[in-house]
This record gives sequence, C-alpha cells and structure tokens, in this order.
Amino acid sequence: MSWLHMLVPSASQLAQMPAQLLIGLINGSFYAMLSLGLAVIFGLLNIVNFSHGAQYMMGAFVAYTLLNVLGVGYWPSLLLVPILVGIVGMLIERIFLRWIYRLDPLYGLLLTFGLTLIIEGLFRQGFNSSGVPYGMPPEFRGGINLGFIFLPYYRAWVIVASIIVCLGVWFLIERTRLGAYLRAATENPALVQAFGINVPRLITLTYGFGVALAAFAGVMAAPMQNVSPLMGSNIIIVVFAVVVIGGMGSILGSIVSGFLLGLVEGLTKVFYPEAASTAIFAIMAIVLLLKPAGLFGKAR
Amino acid sequence: MKQLPFLIMLAALLVAPFVVYPLFLANALCLALFACAFNLLAGYSGLLSFGHSAFLGTAGYITAYTTKSWGYPPELAILLGVAASSLLGALFGFLAIRRQGLYFAMVTLALAQMVYFVCLQAPFTGGENGIQPVPRGHLFGVIDLSPNMTMYYFALGIFLIGYGIIYRTIHSPYGRVLKAISENEPRAVSLGYRVDQYKLLAFVLSAGLSGLAGSTKVLVYQLGSLADVSFGTSGEVLLMVLIGGLGTVMGPVIGAFIVATMVNYLAQYGSWVTVIQGVIFVVCVLIFRRGVAGEAMALARRWRLRAGAVAKP
Repeated sequence: MSWLHMLVPSASQLAQMPAQLLIGLINGSFYAMLSLGLAVIFGLLNIVNFSHGAQYMMGAFVAYTLLNVLGVGYWPSLLLVPILVGIVGMLIERIFLRWIYRLDPLYGLLLTFGLTLIIEGLFRQGFNSSGVPYGMPPEFRGGINLGFIFLPYYRAWVIVASIIVCLGVWFLIERTRLGAYLRAATENPALVQAFGINVPRLITLTYGFGVALAAFAGVMAAPMQNVSPLMGSNIIIVVFAVVVIGGMGSILGSIVSGFLLGLVEGLTKVFYPEAASTAIFAIMAIVLLLKPAGLFGKAR
Repeated sequence: MKQLPFLIMLAALLVAPFVVYPLFLANALCLALFACAFNLLAGYSGLLSFGHSAFLGTAGYITAYTTKSWGYPPELAILLGVAASSLLGALFGFLAIRRQGLYFAMVTLALAQMVYFVCLQAPFTGGENGIQPVPRGHLFGVIDLSPNMTMYYFALGIFLIGYGIIYRTIHSPYGRVLKAISENEPRAVSLGYRVDQYKLLAFVLSAGLSGLAGSTKVLVYQLGSLADVSFGTSGEVLLMVLIGGLGTVMGPVIGAFIVATMVNYLAQYGSWVTVIQGVIFVVCVLIFRRGVAGEAMALARRWRLRAGAVAKP
C-alpha cells in the first residue's frame, strides 16, 4: 500500500501547491497562445506550422533588439513586434508555403521544419545559444502578497493578457464577418473564391496573423526568461503534444487544453517533480488510448 | 542488370576504407542503415515518423551500458539493443497508428521527446556526458573488433544484413500490401486487410533495424550519447531520406553519405551547418521531391524511352 501515500498530499506538498499551480497557469498561457496560433493556421492552410516555435523566439529577439538598439520599450513592442514578425510570416507564406498547398500536408510540416532550422541556425550564429536577458519593465517590478501566495505583478499580467488575447481571437473568428469568411474558406475555398473573396490574400493574412500571435507570446515571455535561440524548439514539441491532446479542430478546444495542461504540469511538479517534463507526453499517450481523436477533435 | 547499382555500391564499400578514414565510413554505414529503416516506414508505409531518434538512441544506450558495465560481448549487446528498440517500437507504434498523417508525425515527435527526457534524467545513461569509452570487445569471443579496419567490415556486415532484410521486406507480398495501404488506405481496408496490424509490424521492424544501427554506431565511436536520442537526430534522418529519395531502395544510403560528409566537413562552421541543412530541406520539398535516386531513376527511364523510340521507327 506504499503507493497510496502519493495520492494523499503531505503538508509540504500542500504548501507549495499554489506556487506550482501559478507556474502551471503561466505555462498554460503560453501553451494556449501558441496552440491557438497553430490551430488558426492549420484551419485554413492545412499546414502544421513547425516554425511556430522559431517565430515565437523571433518575437522575443525582435523585442530585445528594439529595446537595446533603438530604445523602444516593452509596451510599444507588444504591438510593434507582432506586426513586424507577422510581415516576415506573410513573406514566408508568399515565397515558400504557397507552392505546396496542392501536396500532401506532410510536406508543409517538412518545409516549415526546414525553415525552423534556417531561422534557429541564423539566430544561434548571431547571438550565442546561452541567450540574453531582456530585463523586467520597471512598472512590473515587485508583486503582491495574497496570503497563500506571492504573486509577481508581471505574472499576473501575463495570465490576464493571454486570456484576453485568446478570447479576442475566439471572438474574431467565431463572431465576426471576417471570421465567417475565414471559416467559410476553410470549408470550401473554391466556393468562397467564386463569391468574390480573395482567398489567396485571406490565406496570406491568416498565416501572418498566426505568426503574429506566436511573436506576441514571444514578447510576453521575454522578461521572464533568458531570450535564447533555443527557447522556441523547447516549447514547440510540448505544444504539439497539447495539440494532439486537444485536437486542432476547434479554437476554444486549443485554448482550454493549453491552460488545462499547463495546470496539470504544475500539479505534477508538486507530487512527482521528476516527471514534470514528461507529464504532458504521458497524458498524450493516455488520451490516444482512450479517445484517439483527441479531447475536442473530430475523427480524421 | 537490375542489380548493377547495388553491385557498384557493394564494390565501392569494400574498397572505400583503403581510401577514406574507416571509422567515418563505419559511422556513415550505421546512419545509412538507420535511414533505410526509416525509409521502410516513411517511404513504403506512408507513416512519417518524427521520433526515430528514440530507437537509435535507446538501443545505443543499452549496448553501451551492457558492454561497459556488465562486460557483455558485442553480439549479445547488439541483440539486446535491438530487442529494446523493437519493444519500444511496439509501444510507440501501438499508440501512434491510432492517428494518421500530421498527427502521427506529432505523436511520434512527442513520444521521442519523452524518451529524451527519461534518458537525460535516468542514472545509467550518464546524462550530458553519455557513456564512454564503450569497449568494442571480441565478436563471438574470437574476432577482436578494436582495429578500426575490422570494425569497419563488421559494420559493413551489419549494414548488409539490415539492407537485405529491408530489401526482402519491400519486395515481399507484405511489402506490397504496405505500399497499397500508403497509397489508398480505405481501399486496402475494403479489400479485407487488417491495416493496423500491417502498420504496427512495419513500425516494429523499422524500430528494430534503427536499433541495430544505433547499437553498431555506439561501438564505432565508442560513445553512447544524448545526441543520438535528441530531436536533431530525428530531423537528420529525415533529411537523409529526403535528399536520397523517399521510397527508393538505395536513395537513403546515398542521402546518409551526403549528410554524414556534410556534417563532418562543415563542423568547423558551427551553426551554419544547421542553416545549410534547413536550406536543403526547403530545396528538397520545393523542387527536388524525388531526391537523388528518384531523379536518377526518372532520368534513366526517359533515356530508355528515347532509345526505344529510336529503335522502332
């Protein structure tokens, strides 16, 4: 019966639970934002954007460069960086991706994987792998003691901002006219084109938008960790697992599973810290056994 | 006539170590076997795995550990490595074939990443340092593998065994069914084939042969390392098969030698190797999808057609 004690939390485990849950919520924010971008791109382009992690990393580095070379601070960066990196994304779509829409979607994965290698290699050449610090914006220094937990202001901001962004994207796609075009083009591009909507441009803009979301997440991440060329590849594989669990079919599904898995990861750190880095993959395996199509996915 | 390319390759491999550093060649042969095993799954069964490093690396660790810490002879250590990777392959395959296409790729990627983290933390792998030096030992207690030349011909023998198994599989009725599944799965199902069993067996076979490559590779450089289980290795094998020609028998061998040469000679340029690999990926996907072997075959076919057209007016 010795394994039973693992199910009953000890006092020290209970004590560190809020802190780990907070970290889980933070990680979940990033999983949600990134898997949301993947889902948006996948919906219209039928491509799993492997370079999503690299574009997230680019977001952090562009913010770093803006701050240290041009003196542009955190707040303007939050808007500027997604626009800049989004434009890069649109160029990538026009130059590379548009040639492969007729092929097996696996070629999209291979192509964006190649682009990831190029982007990461260039950044590793330019900055070294260990990374550079971004520095906390002054208005976010410090935090508030809630009694059971010390909450740094910046972390609170990350959680709130990511929820706002996720719900905003959901609203844009599910509740506006533009989103209706997008969903229609996902279902039947030829028909939508016949109604006079420029589908190729819609595709370019959608990819740019998905990339901009990744870049936004990158700016959000910059003050919390070292800005490093490897930060993207570390997170993207976890996000893939999140996407397998949640399914890429629904916007809301990818948001919910992102936050949920972040929390589960946090809980694992409390009870069985050795497994924290593998928890999400293990959950993926279990979900594949019980519900192969994913929690929110349609069988495909 | 049909076997001519193979005979040329065999002859080249037999004399090569007198010209080029044998250990580099032996390592390239292991990578070639790895690429062929990967191609069996990706090229002939239509299952693109993004996590084959797990099989190469796990078998490598098992062989490294059993020879170094338990003093096992090389043949037994390799056998254990192959057994371990086949078992892992059965587990991965059982989970991954529940999804298709893109999701299959992501599932294998995630599972391999899990294996990577386990290897990083497990006590017996030596973490970041890996296991070294791995003794090569005496094959069947008789043949001393420590001279580099002997090691090379041992690796060549292993490669030929693996290559033969893959060749036979592809050209067997079982291989034909695999090809049919990859081209039109619903039709294969409607013809009464148990598609999942075929896929799972292909996955296990591919994993086991990748393990064979991994175990031998460990003996070549006498190092069991974290790099072999890392995601970069899964990407590299994909690159080899893509350059050589997805779904061609000999393409992966050509691709493996190209990539091994590139990595070896460009090592001094640091991250530029990654950039160049990325560029090759992009070029292969956009304009060179048939790979070296595929293009060569297309060229030969065109010549034959032209010759035929001239012969009968």
